[in-house]
Amino acid sequence: MTNARSAASVRPSWSLDGLRLGAMLMAPALPGMMAFAIAIGATEARKGFAPIEAALMNLLVYAGASQMVAMEAWPQQLTLASVSAVALLVATVNARMLLFGASLRPWLGPLPAWQIYPLLQLTTDPGWIICMRYRARGGNDAGVFLGGALLVWVAWLATTAAGYLMGALIADPRKIALDLVLPIFFAAMLVPLWNGHRRTVAWAVAGAVALATERLIPGWWFVIVGALAGSLAEAFLEEARDV
Amino acid sequence: MSDAGQLGTVAAILAMGAATYAMRAGGFWLMAYVPLTARVRRVLEALPGSVVVATVMPIVVREGVPAGLAIAAAGAAMLIRRNDLLAVLAGMAAAAAARAWLVA
Repeated sequence: MTNARSAASVRPSWSLDGLRLGAMLMAPALPGMMAFAIAIGATEARKGFAPIEAALMNLLVYAGASQMVAMEAWPQQLTLASVSAVALLVATVNARMLLFGASLRPWLGPLPAWQIYPLLQLTTDPGWIICMRYRARGGNDAGVFLGGALLVWVAWLATTAAGYLMGALIADPRKIALDLVLPIFFAAMLVPLWNGHRRTVAWAVAGAVALATERLIPGWWFVIVGALAGSLAEAFLEEARDV
Repeated sequence: MSDAGQLGTVAAILAMGAATYAMRAGGFWLMAYVPLTARVRRVLEALPGSVVVATVMPIVVREGVPAGLAIAAAGAAMLIRRNDLLAVLAGMAAAAAARAWLVA
């Protein structure tokens, strides 16, 4: 943490070593992401999207869970109102990415806009968590973001296309727990992120608030509400200690 | 998709893409206008762990014992070896085994 703070205003560098490191850090998240991508591609084919439409969606939306939700809620008639509703639905599923971007600001803020804004299109859940962990250890090479992001991007486009073509041939991914790889990868990240009992309390708050929100509010708000509650709790506990 | 819907489908996909990019870039953009005080920095630094817990908890509750065992196995592997890949494999093995036995 001390490292990250003292280096706050230093513009991140770009290096080939960073690209390689990012790809290496991302590798454990790939199998689960690819299993999910196959399911998305198969759903696109089943729902009657043309190959070019499916490819465009995978490229531009590039957020599997929200694509799945949107395809389930796909309107019979595409009017301005129904298209807006689908876009809004997608935005709520992806609202957690607002938090990702906000937390990347202290690190990547010094980068020029033409570098960072295209890069942000490649934001993914595992990519973000890898960056935050790397940064917390004092790293300052933006190549890590890009390297991990490119690996996921290529794997995603290839596997969604494969899923589209293979359709229903896929065996049950639940049997080998492929559907749980992302939560497992996420949870494993908690070990290096843990740094004392204040964080334990904050995480308990995040978990409890997320569960309560999931019960009370339909949709995906539980991630954003739980996460904000947890991090506000942690900041509060830190300040209480400092006073 | 019908001919009339063709353009509509692409338009809908473009709208979905724009909405998602707004989420991807919006938080970063917005923080340019929020001064990075010590407090804001603390909240942002606390986000990764809280996002992980808030994402994973409802999944564990929904998926039950196999997911709980998977998380525990992954956490234990991570504690012992600090190896991401090993942790993911341990978690998958635990979940697959639990599902096989619980269903059988």
